[in-house]
Amino acid sequence: MRYSGFKVIKEALTGHKGWTPQWRDPEPQSHYDFVIIGGGGHGLATAYYLAKEFGESRIAVLEKGWIGGGNVGRNTTIIRSNYLLDGNEPFYEFSLKLWEGLEQDFNYNAMVSQRGILNLVHTDAQRDAARRRGNAMILNGSDAELLDVEGVRKLYPFLNFDNARFPIKGGLLHRRGGTVRHDAVAWGYARGADMRGVDIIQNCEVTGFKIEDGTCLGVETTRGYIGAGKVGVSVAGSSSRVMEKAGMRLPMESHVLQAFVSEGLKPVLPGVITYGAGHFYCSQSDKGGLVFGGDIDGYNSYAQRGNMPVIEDVAEGGISLIPALGRVRLLRAWGGIMDMSMDGSPIIDKTHIDGLYFNGGWCYGGFKATPAAGWCFAHLLKTDTPHDTATAYRFDRFRTGHMIDEKGQGAQPNLH
Amino acid sequence: MIINHPLLGPRDAQEFTYLGDASLISRPDAQDDNAAEKFHDYLYLRDNPAGLHRELWFHESGDRSWLVVTRNTVTHEITDVQLARDVARKEGRSK
Repeated sequence: MRYSGFKVIKEALTGHKGWTPQWRDPEPQSHYDFVIIGGGGHGLATAYYLAKEFGESRIAVLEKGWIGGGNVGRNTTIIRSNYLLDGNEPFYEFSLKLWEGLEQDFNYNAMVSQRGILNLVHTDAQRDAARRRGNAMILNGSDAELLDVEGVRKLYPFLNFDNARFPIKGGLLHRRGGTVRHDAVAWGYARGADMRGVDIIQNCEVTGFKIEDGTCLGVETTRGYIGAGKVGVSVAGSSSRVMEKAGMRLPMESHVLQAFVSEGLKPVLPGVITYGAGHFYCSQSDKGGLVFGGDIDGYNSYAQRGNMPVIEDVAEGGISLIPALGRVRLLRAWGGIMDMSMDGSPIIDKTHIDGLYFNGGWCYGGFKATPAAGWCFAHLLKTDTPHDTATAYRFDRFRTGHMIDEKGQGAQPNLH
Repeated sequence: MIINHPLLGPRDAQEFTYLGDASLISRPDAQDDNAAEKFHDYLYLRDNPAGLHRELWFHESGDRSWLVVTRNTVTHEITDVQLARDVARKEGRSK
């Protein structure tokens, strides 16, 4: 069923009896050409692009819980293409271009809103770094605009400009960045994939791999054995747990990242702002809640909940940037599990086992990457070669010294 | 989280800095034949278990000792705390 304005009006006049489920609930078949493990944003996007762009149809997505129940529904919904390094920026620019056409592409309202992201600077050195980053972004086809303090004041007059320790000196504005309704991304990809014959199999946990003579032949699941031509793993925070079943140790630690939403307010914050002197960023959802977050808690965790010190730290950062936040009540806080790679950058690569492919290590930046990660992973699964924008995301980069250390903090996941 | 420091008693985890898996104590021998490979594994690869995890915490705002904490990564429950010095000595290290 195609969605359109006409369809909404027609259904409104006929009692909304014509809507059908957005995807099927199929029984797993005994064999697929492609099995994607993980029914999150990345896994569903991978299946969608395998079907739509690469012409495959015998595809299954296996999800241990319900689709979209992991990090795709736990992030702070921001999309952007404001990276610095050559290995990263072309990829994220590709992703942002896909976001821009996504809703028309999969015929689903994902509420893509390019409301602009402003990274604040507080020192001369930060302004230099922002200028350099802005130039790198423009060279890669993205957009960047360096604002002086009056430019920032015009956009956000209520910020704490004259903070004695961290006065606001300006900011780097990325106008094409913004936010997306994150659940709708999972649902849109699921519906689009399902329409093209992909089997989305929920409540189906992978318990092991069948590997013979260095070749992956299929997966053992809680709903029986499923044979596969190729298996793609795209499970974010559970990467180490799943790949351990294939005998692999990953360059990753799983950490918890918390996010927060306030009570609903009238429109106060038109775009996304990030604090340059503390780890704090904030936007306002279409429901009115202020959505914000900060640092990871900094220790290995699979708990999907964090601890108080980071909540306090985020609140301090928020109030020092936006003093008015002190009058706002916090409504909800939650945590998601991040597969923190050793250099803070992802992996989309083949493994040493034939027929087993991996997409992960997205740290806390996986959501904005969803369309391109799906596209590039599908490209890799179909052609056995990396997509042009994802050639740097290799397993062996730690061995060969080609790390993509965007934050310059080395192999210290708790610092990224 | 409360870390029960072997010398100082229960202390808030906020006083500590986290480093990671306690296997970082066991540094490979740089003279080994395949030392480069071993250092790659030592520096970059992790078991990253869901469950009991032995890990290094540094009492930065306290007595500046290193601790080996055994903590459940699913529940955050801490079941054992030792001085990293004692753990390293038990493994035959001089300090």
